[in-house]
Amino acid sequence: MAETIWLFLGLLAVLTVASTIATVLNWKSTRKGDALPSTLVNLNSRIKAWWIMVAAISIAFLFGKGGVILLFAFVSFAALREYVTLTHTRRGDHWILLGMFLVIIPVQYYLLWIDWYGLFAIFVPVYCFLAMPALTAISGDTARFLERVSEQQWGIMLSVYCISHVPALLTLAIPGFAGKGLLLIAFLIATVQGSDVLQYVFGKLFGKHKVAPKISPSKTWEGLIGGIISASLLGAVLFWLTPFTPLQAGLMAALSCVMGFFGGLVASAIKRDRGVKDWGHMIEGHGGMLDRADSLVFAAPIFFHMVRYFWT
Amino acid sequence: MNAKPLLRRMAAMVLAGMARAITGVRPIWQGCAPSDRQRIYFANHASHGDFILLSACLPPQERERTRAVAGADYWRKNKIRHVLARDVLNTVLVERNWVERREDPMVIMLDALNDGHSLIIFPEGTRNMTEQPLLRFRSGIYNLAFARPDVELVPCWIENMSRVLPKGAFLPVPLLCRVVFGAPVALESGEDRHAFLHRSQQALLDLDPEHQRALDRG
Repeated sequence: MAETIWLFLGLLAVLTVASTIATVLNWKSTRKGDALPSTLVNLNSRIKAWWIMVAAISIAFLFGKGGVILLFAFVSFAALREYVTLTHTRRGDHWILLGMFLVIIPVQYYLLWIDWYGLFAIFVPVYCFLAMPALTAISGDTARFLERVSEQQWGIMLSVYCISHVPALLTLAIPGFAGKGLLLIAFLIATVQGSDVLQYVFGKLFGKHKVAPKISPSKTWEGLIGGIISASLLGAVLFWLTPFTPLQAGLMAALSCVMGFFGGLVASAIKRDRGVKDWGHMIEGHGGMLDRADSLVFAAPIFFHMVRYFWT
Repeated sequence: MNAKPLLRRMAAMVLAGMARAITGVRPIWQGCAPSDRQRIYFANHASHGDFILLSACLPPQERERTRAVAGADYWRKNKIRHVLARDVLNTVLVERNWVERREDPMVIMLDALNDGHSLIIFPEGTRNMTEQPLLRFRSGIYNLAFARPDVELVPCWIENMSRVLPKGAFLPVPLLCRVVFGAPVALESGEDRHAFLHRSQQALLDLDPEHQRALDRG
């Protein structure tokens, strides 16, 4: 597909520009023999991690539907692992926890592979929702029962159910768009992650007024508004990846970015509650998988259902 | 002819790889750095995975010469366990039962040290199944510190492994783990057994972030 090639050439260009800018900044700041400031060290590792993430997504795309499903099953695994690590678990939860990793993740993604949308949509919110507390009750340990059960439910919803809506875009039968589901995924990831990057850039350049100082010191109104407007424009420019008109593409991108912002905010609230700065250390410079995927967690299901309602 | 060292090395590599894949374990060298000095690593113990996790955090060369000290009564209970402990995991087996034992654990551990090995010991003597973060320390660690003051005693706090693979569980739950390495503890001149046991236990407990948080809350 010509679109895929253009998309990846574009990404390559963006990353090359980013690396070039970083190299110039590094050179400028170390010219006088000073040590590299921590913002720049972080920027460098962020850009390096982006190269790796784009490479991983590209490889998954080469393998088509199976590759993308496997990639996001792995994202779910890594995200759920980070999430459960921060929750309160007891010895009696061992089998439930194993089931979350060994049963729920494989089943949810297998349902995508065999295109069984009906069960995909209700497997977690109906069957797992009821089965998990039932099994926890059978284990007989009632200490902090409600807390444990709720935390498990949340983890599965965020890390598995919501994230699985990214590859679920492949299963939508959009008239006149057959076989191009991968491009829709690329559009969603590019706008949501682009919005994260642009919010970071605008925040660093112009950030003054904090949105929620108690939750996240790095989220500012300047970053938020600048990031979302520019990412929506990016979405409108990328309309050729989608079944949308440029205006529709811009609106869908804006909606996804706003959802993505809330995802990041909720993730920050959880981290603040648990007294940690990052979810993990899997992605250098970014933190854990959930630090990178939190915006996608909130954006993907809404994006999916908007497309499903209006375009199929 | 000599297949055992190869088997051991392969097993160690596979186990360390699995530990990393499942737990994403990261060493935190908080009080000391990796070194080629001979060491005794002492750690909290709640899971069979503990020593695999700890050795996965060591640099390859150090990992190769580091052996875990384990209870002979448990690991000699049946043939499979015994072969696993002796030939695959390369553990130093000591008898814990005072009354029935035939070999002095101290002699066996000192032999391993004299052969140039580093050791991993669990001074609580058994897996901790209580809600307490740490059980009372047995005397072995004091005897080792007294007999070999040249060997560094490094406290290592193993985080989360008891949730990954609790006692009696066979399959591990993937959770993120860390091993925090603290500053070496040495026996001071004139320090008695009780004081040293207390001090080394406290040094280990101080590495537990949960314990720190509890102290901060008061």
